[in-house]
Amino acid sequence: MTQRKIALFVTCLVDMMRPRIGFAAIRALEAAGCDVVVPEGQTCCGQPALNSGDTDHAIALAKQTIVALEPYEAVVVPSGSCGGTIRCHYPELFEHDPEWLPRAQAVAAKTWEIMAYLDEQCGWKPEGVQMDAKATYHDSCSGLRELGVKAQPRRLLKPIAGLELTPLAGEETCCGFGGTFCVKYPAISNAIVGEKADAIEATGADLLLAGDLGCLMNMAGKLNRQGSKVRAFHAIELIAGMGDGPAIGEEA
Amino acid sequence: MSGAPAEATSFKDRADAALADRILKVAVERTAGTAEAKRAVAVDAFPDFQAARTRAAAIKDHVVAHLGHYLEQFEANATAAGAKVHWARTADEACDIVIALCKAAKAKSVARSKSMLGEEIGLPHALAEAGIGRVETDLAEHIIQLADERPSHIIWPAMHKTREQVSALFKAKHRTPHEEETIAAMAESARRELRTQMLGADVGISGANFLIADTGAICTVTNEGNAELSLVPPRVHIVTAGIEKIVPSMPHAVHMLRMLARSATGAALTQYTTFYTGPKRPGDRDGPEEMHIVLVDNGRTRMREEGLAEMLRCIRCGACMNHCVVFRQIGGHAYGGTYPGPMGAVLTPVLDGLKQSRDLPNACTMNGKCQEVCPVRIPLPTLLRGWREKSWREGLEPQSLRAGLGLWAWVATRPRLYRMGTGLAVRAMRLLGSKGWIRSLPLAGGWTRYRDMPKPAAQTFMDQYRKENGR
Repeated sequence: MTQRKIALFVTCLVDMMRPRIGFAAIRALEAAGCDVVVPEGQTCCGQPALNSGDTDHAIALAKQTIVALEPYEAVVVPSGSCGGTIRCHYPELFEHDPEWLPRAQAVAAKTWEIMAYLDEQCGWKPEGVQMDAKATYHDSCSGLRELGVKAQPRRLLKPIAGLELTPLAGEETCCGFGGTFCVKYPAISNAIVGEKADAIEATGADLLLAGDLGCLMNMAGKLNRQGSKVRAFHAIELIAGMGDGPAIGEEA
Repeated sequence: MSGAPAEATSFKDRADAALADRILKVAVERTAGTAEAKRAVAVDAFPDFQAARTRAAAIKDHVVAHLGHYLEQFEANATAAGAKVHWARTADEACDIVIALCKAAKAKSVARSKSMLGEEIGLPHALAEAGIGRVETDLAEHIIQLADERPSHIIWPAMHKTREQVSALFKAKHRTPHEEETIAAMAESARRELRTQMLGADVGISGANFLIADTGAICTVTNEGNAELSLVPPRVHIVTAGIEKIVPSMPHAVHMLRMLARSATGAALTQYTTFYTGPKRPGDRDGPEEMHIVLVDNGRTRMREEGLAEMLRCIRCGACMNHCVVFRQIGGHAYGGTYPGPMGAVLTPVLDGLKQSRDLPNACTMNGKCQEVCPVRIPLPTLLRGWREKSWREGLEPQSLRAGLGLWAWVATRPRLYRMGTGLAVRAMRLLGSKGWIRSLPLAGGWTRYRDMPKPAAQTFMDQYRKENGR
């Protein structure tokens, strides 16, 4: 069987803040039979510019990203929000550009959020992974509503031995990160994440899991400020068997 | 929470005041939380709600695309039924028409049934200026009239007030308030206060939930029967409505009604749903002698031309605000306009100008929940992003943001430079942290005022990956 040659789009936050999410992604994809390449030309998908109304810069970054990702069979992203930008918003950005629109559409059509890709496209499940903990899962908004990521992470977490998944009240409610929103309107963002942190604490879980590093940094940062003992991971880290490493904000 | 004029303060100041008001938070949560839960139950019980949403959106899109045709049809049928149709391009024109009609009727007082269009055109203020007394027949609108405030929600104008606050207000302002703080006693006090005034009013003013083109009928929904009470007894009935309220026929109105009530409160239908066609006919025992319908544009045609046609689908159910994380924290007054929440953040820049309201489309996390619950599938996040783009192009966004994003994009479109820059940035950030966390970060004070920032890894992913792969 020939291996699928797929591109991993690392996302700028993973690149800078938590590289082990990228390595966990590679590990899981390789276990699922993929030949993973990290294209050199990638940087940021342009989402901060897009959401701020800076369309010219968003287009420049989208073009660069499209060129970097075009040669591969599929593109996999460990983030629903960056994945959603490529899949849902790139075609909108080039709506009136006959040259770039088909290229944007082609890349959009083969772009997947990592857990959706592993579950739906590879039909893969983690094997032999052990993690004795009680975890709760927050459904990050873009993944949930733009890409339909909901059941896939739960199906991938289920085979992990010793892991108990407990529901989070308001698991589909935004955590208040919202990209630049959290720095433009910090007080409102804080009120929203404060409620989220309380809901997480109320589950009695040891671990908080989600599929987007932005949301995770927001929630983990608030939990830590409140002196919480809840540890936060990107779900792919557990799925790839890397849940024994440092959680977000723990020294390696 | 004060009802001070929104222009006097900035959005951020109003939001800060709302965040500091814990009673407001309790009040908003009680109502919006209940509405959210009830809507979920109602939607689950609705056979193929998603298809019904698609149909509702299609009905509105069809009407908006053929607005002239249906408005003419409506005017012809309403006129044939004995009503007089008036046209207003602006809020001022609309108020002038209503005031002239009130003066022609020699009205000393009007009984008003809550309508957001009335709020939008500033009708309460215009009536006061003209020296015409006003009794609000909607209980919540009566409460905010007593408190001299503006509505904070389109369905529950007084949702920002707790029962305890309302009780105190009644005690201070009603002629014969009850001592008890029970809901029954408070409702009784409002009845005593309002009924005589309602029955004595010369003119009744209402809004319209739907204008039905093929019969010229007006449809209003209330839970208190106050539209009926304010419109049947007075001699003259004036309807003010936005031109987008039109539907082709009764079956369309009924479909929209099913979507409206469930999305707003989770009820299958409102307590009172009334269709009015023309004034009192010969032989009728009750009803107004004259009926006037004022159809208001006030920016709506412009919206259609400027890429906001989808917003004209809005049936004013309030589901978007009930489910909005930002609205749930700051309530409706912080938005500063007539319409709050996500729909208000799209509409306010049309009505008040983008320069004054540029914060509204920005103060949104783009989580998409409003779009998910909208019964007419308005792509609210996309429309909000459109305003952000316009604000950016017009230079209304803060210089610091423009400079920051410009620098980011400049570096990020040069991958080699970007690798060097990010490598340096993570090393610099690590110097600021201890034990895995950064407690204070320059240029990101908004973050670290409330949250810690995890310390980045020693090397970026790209640097580690290249080393591991021997490049």
